[in-house]
Amino acid sequence: MITQSWLPLLVLLTSLLSGLIIFTLPEKSVRTRTTLNLLAAFSKVGLVSWMIWHIYQGQHYQIRIHFLPNIDLVLQMDPLAVLFVGLSAVLWLTTTFYAIGYLEGSPHRSRFFGFFSLCVAATAGVAMAGNLFTFLIFYELLTLTAYPLIVHRGTEAARKAGQTYLVYTVGGGVLLLTGTAWLHTLTGTLDFTPQGFVQQLPSELHPQLIVIFILLIMGVGVKATLVPLHGWLPQAMVAPAPVSALLHAVAVVKAGVFGIVRVLYNVYGIDFAAALGITFPLMVLAAITIIYSSLRALTQDDLKRRLAFSTVSQVSYITLGVALAGPISAIGGLVHLVHQGLMKITLFFCAGNIAETLGIHKISEMKGVGRRMPLTMTAFTLTALGMIGVPPIAGFISKWYLGMGALQSGHAWVIGVLIVSTLLNAAYFLPILYTAWFDQPDTEQTAHPETSHLLLWPPVITALLSLAAGLFAALPYTPLEWARFIVSFEFLQR
Amino acid sequence: MTTTLLYALTGIGLFSLGLHALIVQSHLLHKLLAINVMSCGVFLVLASLAARTPEGSVDPVPHAMVITGIVVAVAATALGLAILLRIHALTGKVRLPDANDQLDD
Amino acid sequence: MTPPDLGIALVILPLTGALLAFLIHPHARWIGISTALAINIVLAWLLTDLVTSPQSYHYALGSWGAPLGIELHLDGLSAFMLMMSAVTGSGVSLYAFTCFRMQSTENDHSPAFWPLWLFLWTGINALFLSADIFNLYVTLELIGLAAVALTALAGSRAALTSAMRYLLISLLGSLCYLLGVALLYHTYATVDLTLLAGRITAQPATQAALALITVGLLLKSALFPLHFWLPPAHGSAAAPVSALLSALVVKASFYLLLRLWLELFHPIHNLMPDLLGILGAAAIIWGSLQALRQIRLKLLIAYSTVAQLGYFFLVFPLTAGQSGEMSSSAWQGVLYMLLAHALAKSAMFLAAGNIQLFGGHDRIIELDHIAQRLPLTLAAFSLAGISIMGLPPSGGFIGKWLLLEVAIAQGRWGYAMIILLGGLLAAGYIFKVIGYAFTQGQMEDSISETHPVPTVMQWAALALASGSILLGWYPAPLLELLAIGDPFHFLHPSP
Repeated sequence: MITQSWLPLLVLLTSLLSGLIIFTLPEKSVRTRTTLNLLAAFSKVGLVSWMIWHIYQGQHYQIRIHFLPNIDLVLQMDPLAVLFVGLSAVLWLTTTFYAIGYLEGSPHRSRFFGFFSLCVAATAGVAMAGNLFTFLIFYELLTLTAYPLIVHRGTEAARKAGQTYLVYTVGGGVLLLTGTAWLHTLTGTLDFTPQGFVQQLPSELHPQLIVIFILLIMGVGVKATLVPLHGWLPQAMVAPAPVSALLHAVAVVKAGVFGIVRVLYNVYGIDFAAALGITFPLMVLAAITIIYSSLRALTQDDLKRRLAFSTVSQVSYITLGVALAGPISAIGGLVHLVHQGLMKITLFFCAGNIAETLGIHKISEMKGVGRRMPLTMTAFTLTALGMIGVPPIAGFISKWYLGMGALQSGHAWVIGVLIVSTLLNAAYFLPILYTAWFDQPDTEQTAHPETSHLLLWPPVITALLSLAAGLFAALPYTPLEWARFIVSFEFLQR
Repeated sequence: MTTTLLYALTGIGLFSLGLHALIVQSHLLHKLLAINVMSCGVFLVLASLAARTPEGSVDPVPHAMVITGIVVAVAATALGLAILLRIHALTGKVRLPDANDQLDD
Repeated sequence: MTPPDLGIALVILPLTGALLAFLIHPHARWIGISTALAINIVLAWLLTDLVTSPQSYHYALGSWGAPLGIELHLDGLSAFMLMMSAVTGSGVSLYAFTCFRMQSTENDHSPAFWPLWLFLWTGINALFLSADIFNLYVTLELIGLAAVALTALAGSRAALTSAMRYLLISLLGSLCYLLGVALLYHTYATVDLTLLAGRITAQPATQAALALITVGLLLKSALFPLHFWLPPAHGSAAAPVSALLSALVVKASFYLLLRLWLELFHPIHNLMPDLLGILGAAAIIWGSLQALRQIRLKLLIAYSTVAQLGYFFLVFPLTAGQSGEMSSSAWQGVLYMLLAHALAKSAMFLAAGNIQLFGGHDRIIELDHIAQRLPLTLAAFSLAGISIMGLPPSGGFIGKWLLLEVAIAQGRWGYAMIILLGGLLAAGYIFKVIGYAFTQGQMEDSISETHPVPTVMQWAALALASGSILLGWYPAPLLELLAIGDPFHFLHPSP
């Protein structure tokens, strides 16, 4: 139906407009701001659910605006976009609740929530971009809108972290821009198409295509924290907890990984990319990232920094799964996009709760936290086990498919990588759990209430969601089923 | 060498002379005078080139240009002198500061 | 009324305004602001007419043709430039409306602002409409004198000396230009641009004229290494004046250079365009590096202008020897960048003016939580900064994208790299400011006494900055406007 083609635009506007309006609200009008925030978040979830329902029935949503000679702005909802938009909509809602609780009484909330909404809008734009040019625009918008969130606290450390973040991401943006412009001069089109659009170019251009691929992947790889482009993420931990949660689970890091998926699937086409020989180096890079950052995570005593290195490692599972160039591993990679989001946001919410309620930032200080905050630590434990890959939590599903996929595409060494990484995951998560549950607290702590409701329930809910995503993986409308649906487009319809 | 060419070359000579003085002299009044010498050079070139046609009938357009140019030059000199007086009143100097010590007010 | 009539109105309106503001100076600011309003109305009318019947107009004033009379030329490009001056001029006028009223108690030069500024506006509009090279000389001088007088208006030692330097440079530039005009007139017996374009050939006198005119205009548009006069002048003038100088005045002489090169000189010289391009590239690097080193905000912005001017000069190598769509893309990209820069840079200077008014200084590392204390102003600075960096979505990005594509398609990787590197450096110096604005100042009480900044002044800056961002959302109509009348005949080359 033509009449619904503006729905993607509406999804974008729910967070864009609410962000802009929030800027204009005075600091004191807490009630209006909260209402507006939640209204926007809920309506976004509603819109996306509506669209998912219709896309399953074959509806296609696309809006195309003439922009420059030869270039259109395109927003579309293909199944891959839905996966990411859906994730961001749900997690935006939970993070909004959490952030309202977390920032209660702190200054500059209008600015914070304004940029928060803009950040989510940019993420939705990245997800729904229908060509590389549109993708680039929203990708850069995301770079810019995340900056004020990182420096939000206004300390010298925050300024330095912001600077590092910018050096990496603006640099990456330049590479992405170069690759995009170059590709456009070669092909004359940038529209994302299933199985790619560059394979019709004559073979003497293939060396150029490889260079462009490197530029594009480095461009998005900065946000996807591929080693050695990961340095900004651990530093960005100075930001408030909801921001860290958002950066890791939904917005910035995921946008980078999503870019890798788009470039591989809808620009180059996975078969063509494999034929060019560019997926194997990417696979190796992802494997190195997984192992290296898990090793770095082991030595971190700061809880948020350990989680940050864990993100660097976990996100590369997605890259690995996609780069393996087989359907089963692709399912594993794509589903991890959602699973990692659910689990990592829980972990960051919990870390935020512990820091906010008890003032504890270091793992060595976490003795007995489990007794003081049982629900928070249960959520933490559940998702940490999920990260390690204990069934039936979501992380297990991802790893299972990745392993099977590696065997199927004949890269058995990847199984080795997965095993080592699982052991390392266990090595850096289990001590936290042990300290929190079984060590005696240093001081006697006062009892309940655990923490405020707005801080407590979001992690509990996301933890349950990640449990459910694993338990009911085979039912329709789960992330796993949706990943299968996407992969059927890329691999089976030829 | 025709008279026209002589005038034109004299004009260009004046222009160069003025340019030299503009760069070398540091006294602001000298600089303003140098600019005026340069304009005179340009006007001389314009006026002399008016006799383009060999028959000797003179093209009036360059004359119009010269008159306009003189008006502009007068205005510019007046502005320059006004600023010069202000600078003198404020700093007691009549030269421009070095590039290093500017803007330290 | 036909578009040329409206064009003439765009010259007469500010001129009348200037005279009135001079005569009735107690009400100067009201005269100024209503003139700005009238100009916008006339311009809107003109644009509507031009879009409904897209063609270029040639019009002899009082039916007196060239060489004695004055001829006007109006095409998409001139309309685009008129629009730039109208929009930027209105924003700055709104700012000045409040700004100079506040200072009038201590500084009695401020009434002079309005006549001078309207006089400057007259010159700028006349320049964009002129069709002969002598008339262009006159407009150039009008602009130069008004700009110098405006610079001196701040009255400080720095402002006066830099105004003096500016005056000398400006006059030197004009004289070089005039000498070139004399040579051209001597050789081809006409000053009309169109006629000249038909007659011009590569002979020694023409080459000399070309060199003189180009150098004269380069001095005025401050291309590296002839930029030395610009940062002190733009850095020491009053905020609205700096905004006008950076946004409009340097653009006027660049516009002239563009017209002359793309219409007259391109066929007869093929080394110079690359020289201009290389100087432009050097300007981007040098200006940005200098901007990074600055400790005062206004000087940082002024050096950023030096760098941005460098981008514009890339148009010469990128259009030389090319034809058709590629060249169109190149010059339209540069023009788009020009417009975005005009809006963004004026917004930046106005924001800097607010910051200076608020805290009494503009030292960057002592900005001390300006983000919290003057959110609107910092928003204006940041939005303008996005456009200057050329990040999407902004007008600066559109221009940069078009230029980058042309550079890549022509295989000129050097220029492509410079374009990208310039963006990175710009991000460096702009985020340096934003970073310090978010955080605590280095010293205790670095902003001890604060003055309230009127909301109008903050909104004026924000409006201009938002304009530079909005340009990035829907560029198609403006690019179509630029192509009206096919300036430079790239689309339909004459036989």
